[in-house]
Amino acid sequence: MSSTIVSLPDQSTARIPKTNFITKENGLLSWLLTSDHKRIAILYLISITFFFFIGGAMAGLIRLELLTPQSDLMATDTYNKVFTMHGVIMIFLFLVPSVPATLGNFLIPLMLGAKDLALPKVNLLSWYLYVVGGIMVLYTMVSGGVDTGWTFTTPLSTHYLNTNVISTGLAIFVAGFSSIFTGLNFIVTIHKMRAPGMTWFRMPLFVWAHYAASILMVLGTPVLAIAIVLVLLERTVGIGVFDPTKGGDPLLFQHLFWFYSHPAVYIMILPGMGVISEVISTFSRKRVFGYTAVAFSSVAIAVFGFFVWEHHMFIMGVSNYSMLVFSLLTMLVAVPSAIKIFNWTFTLYKGSITFETPMLYAFGFMGLFTIGGLTGVFLASSGTDIHLTETYFIVAHFHFVMVGGMLMAFLSGIHFWWPKITGRMYPEKISQLAALITFIGFNFTFFPQFILGTLGMPRRYAAYPPEFQILNVFSTAGATILGVGYLLPILYLTWSLKYGEIAGNNPWQATGLEWQIQSPPLTENFIEIPIMDHDAYDYEWLERQNQKEKEVTSVG
Amino acid sequence: MSDSTAIAQTPHGTHEHPPYQRHHFESMDQQVDATGFAMWLFLLTEIMFFGGLFTAYLIYRNWYFPAFVAGSHQLNIFWGSLNTLVLISSSFTMAMGVWCAEMRKQGALVLCLVLTFILGIGFLGIKTIEYKEKFEKHHVPGLHFSVKSFVDPASDPDIAQYHDKPLRLDMARHTELYFFLYFAMTGMHALHMIIGIGILGFMIFRARAGAYTTGHITFVENFGLYWHFVDIIWIFLFPLLYLISRHG
Amino acid sequence: MNHISQVLWQFLIKWLTNFQLYPPEASKIAPQMDALYFFMVLVSLIGLTIVILLVVSFSILYSKKRHPVAVQIEGSTLLEATWTIIPLGLFLIMFVWGALIYFRVYTPPANAMNIYVVGKQWMWKAEHPGGQHEINALHIPVGRPVQLTLISQDVFHSFSIPAFRVKREAIPGRYTTVWFEATTPGTYHLFCTQYCGTNHSAMIGDIVVMTPEDFKRWLAESTSGMSLAQNGERLFASLSCNACHNGRADSRGPSLANVYGSKLTLTSGQTATADEAYLRESILNPSDHVTQGFAPIMPTYQGQISEDGVIALVEYIKNLDSNYRVDQTLNTTGLLPEGEGRAASAGTKPAGQTPAAKGTVKQ
Repeated sequence: MSSTIVSLPDQSTARIPKTNFITKENGLLSWLLTSDHKRIAILYLISITFFFFIGGAMAGLIRLELLTPQSDLMATDTYNKVFTMHGVIMIFLFLVPSVPATLGNFLIPLMLGAKDLALPKVNLLSWYLYVVGGIMVLYTMVSGGVDTGWTFTTPLSTHYLNTNVISTGLAIFVAGFSSIFTGLNFIVTIHKMRAPGMTWFRMPLFVWAHYAASILMVLGTPVLAIAIVLVLLERTVGIGVFDPTKGGDPLLFQHLFWFYSHPAVYIMILPGMGVISEVISTFSRKRVFGYTAVAFSSVAIAVFGFFVWEHHMFIMGVSNYSMLVFSLLTMLVAVPSAIKIFNWTFTLYKGSITFETPMLYAFGFMGLFTIGGLTGVFLASSGTDIHLTETYFIVAHFHFVMVGGMLMAFLSGIHFWWPKITGRMYPEKISQLAALITFIGFNFTFFPQFILGTLGMPRRYAAYPPEFQILNVFSTAGATILGVGYLLPILYLTWSLKYGEIAGNNPWQATGLEWQIQSPPLTENFIEIPIMDHDAYDYEWLERQNQKEKEVTSVG
Repeated sequence: MSDSTAIAQTPHGTHEHPPYQRHHFESMDQQVDATGFAMWLFLLTEIMFFGGLFTAYLIYRNWYFPAFVAGSHQLNIFWGSLNTLVLISSSFTMAMGVWCAEMRKQGALVLCLVLTFILGIGFLGIKTIEYKEKFEKHHVPGLHFSVKSFVDPASDPDIAQYHDKPLRLDMARHTELYFFLYFAMTGMHALHMIIGIGILGFMIFRARAGAYTTGHITFVENFGLYWHFVDIIWIFLFPLLYLISRHG
Repeated sequence: MNHISQVLWQFLIKWLTNFQLYPPEASKIAPQMDALYFFMVLVSLIGLTIVILLVVSFSILYSKKRHPVAVQIEGSTLLEATWTIIPLGLFLIMFVWGALIYFRVYTPPANAMNIYVVGKQWMWKAEHPGGQHEINALHIPVGRPVQLTLISQDVFHSFSIPAFRVKREAIPGRYTTVWFEATTPGTYHLFCTQYCGTNHSAMIGDIVVMTPEDFKRWLAESTSGMSLAQNGERLFASLSCNACHNGRADSRGPSLANVYGSKLTLTSGQTATADEAYLRESILNPSDHVTQGFAPIMPTYQGQISEDGVIALVEYIKNLDSNYRVDQTLNTTGLLPEGEGRAASAGTKPAGQTPAAKGTVKQ
């Protein structure tokens, strides 16, 4: 243990605190009717993990089908349904709520020194809305599925398909409101619930990232909601605003849909970036390099992120001049991401670095997100976008950002705060192995897809020309490795719930307020509301604090 | 407000604060601040929600202006104006309600809420009359929609006052788009009204029990914001849908 | 075991013989786009290498073993400025470079040969001006700019030729265009890249690039005996368009001779250029496109003519340089300019009367 910074309590005497938010009340109802943000976070964690594995199974089926050029495992219709369900589940039921609804929910009040989110009941309502949305998606699956693709392109979705578009649309509508309420809750909490002394520039970067993502949730999601309402009306009533034969414009749907769905990728990635800031700082034992730059880059991503949606429509016959504006803005949104990457890198400089699992995932994030971000520039540059869009290049690009970036960040965060959430450590060695397997499997799965896309293989194809097979075989082989990488954490994290070492308050010696209280925390978080008298990531303050404690115990 | 402070039975028991203060808040001010702020944010999402509809409206109005003018002539300006009046009055009674709650006048508060309730129902009633008229004239999109009044305005006595020129069939059928937007926008607005009226009913019930006259008026205040917001949406819908030929 | 190794061996051989990193360059724009592509690959590799090098070397230099106490550093404005300005500069170069290529791909030269392409679930139908039809294939000559005018009859499709590095969506209700100039004869992939329903992955075809001589031969062999414009002429007559659009002094519709490409003043006071999209719109939604000086009496043909029919009409009007034949067909078909009701009903005449416009007139 000498090479790590883990400061575990003496295992012979260590105990999990008797009263904590988990043991406070018992029974299923005490969980289902709770308004404790920490319990709701756990409810979310269980439900999104459930949907992640359903979506993952769909991904497995897709990769299996693509092992051979012909569509031989399933009919093309089935394949279309499978990739649609994969997209819908992964985006609306996993990626959007993943970090915010679990870690954000658990940590934002703790980090701000608040007893709960501002609106605890609304928080519970969000979870229920999420569950209702999830159940409707499951209903869609068992009652025949839907094959619109997660993008619901009109007029395909409105007039040319007879699958369960309506139940899927309603599911997304409901799940959307869950996301709106979560974002709204975060914004109000961050504005109004900060502990005394917790100024905006003393907040952890995790909170800044969530603030930026919440703005996107609150302003973007309603536009998706109305777009879906219009699609559903067009489907049921038969006339609509997106039907060209009736004078409507299908491009209007594209505008409304991407007005949400592009910012949505920032909703997904920003909270992940927040996790990375915390992890890198903690395991370098050094304050984040350029705190203000990182904080403002989150906000800049949120602001610019709202004005880039048309880059999804460059080849749809939009005006050349509007293309110029949107291509330029898309380039601008790449800059804050670069700023973040370099600031994280320089956080390592002159640090005192250890390599626990969360840090390994964070390194994975930095590499893969850099690739994902830079390939995004290929698509932002309008000329190359023509060739690369709608091919596997784009599939690879967003999987690098979403899976390589977001999922790595999510796993990093889950490992990092696992001791705080459960009071117990995860097993270190096997989890490091899992991180490594995930990284290798990921690259094997998605890197070949960049080449496939450059060669021109279109996305959403159940069958493809035989010369693309080699790379597809690689990709499928990688996916099996990746699958193992994702199954391992489920197993050992469950194991650790009972057998993990007792974590103590602050095993990583991190500076956040959440680490200064017991693990797992009390229901009301803080016995006394803390007063923030130092900056975020102030390791000297932490040292003084430790010193003081030592003196107290030695005197005592 | 502080004079109503009572010692609450809280789990931790050490703090003194009014019973309506949720104990994750440090002070009543913080609670009022936070919930009010949340309401404003919620209204912001509502604006974005209606914003999608307004965008669609503006685009098609621009493309198919004659059809939109002809379509709007089918709307009854009398009913529309009356409804605007009804809704503005309801906003006034709602504002009065908030004031009564603040002044702790229980009877007056209940009266104001009941008036608001009645005006809200009245609005929906008038809307129903208008919808029924559209139904009878086959102006409901997707449901045996007929363009007769637009290709042959002379056959339609309701619009004689406008002396409309007949529309060619290709333009006339875009009136269906107008009516779709009319129903989508006013329908979405009516849905908000229905939700509002439901909450109002609940509030009247609670107000009679004296729930809002103890100094804790956050709920009434926030509901007031919602009600005014729904009102403002109508203030935009009315000219856009009814008076379009008057601001061409 | 032996069996498996054999499979692996074949797999490896297949891999080594077929392995490519980028598709063949078969159009004039392809090398230009690849230049930008490889520039970006280079920049990305350098950027990635910098990040990886920094992370690895910092991890080694400042691991806890070597560097037990961290030095707290606030940040550095100079460094922040560096990694804001350098990426920004590079991204701006990529933006400008990309936009130049984008404009080139979507701005066809004036001398381009125009081919119409209609996308429908799940096939591509190409119509050459000479009347040659192709399904899921497109024959084009080498060394000559070819413009595609695309439209979809149902849902969004996307016409993608990776070897040419061009792609354009075919959208219901409006024309989109793209152009290219093939440089190497051969057969290349044609894909539909916008998800369009059940058989999306079967909506593929071949782009056959031929030498000019081969192409001429192919054109001659594949002719249906009637050019696209001639098809349009038949349709024009059968829909009684000539009843009004005949160029006579007393005609109730504007003369269409030489109308293509001209600037028109509309009754609304706006001006419009009569391009393909304008011609299509004014057939389907005439009320919005009434030329100044004429009454809005033209009926709509929305729902009466298929997209192929509209294309034939547009092609006919594009090539119309005198009203002589219009007048002639008017005399031969014996239709008198009696009124729009007559003209509209003519549109629903059985298709049998116009054998050339097979199936293009819906009943």
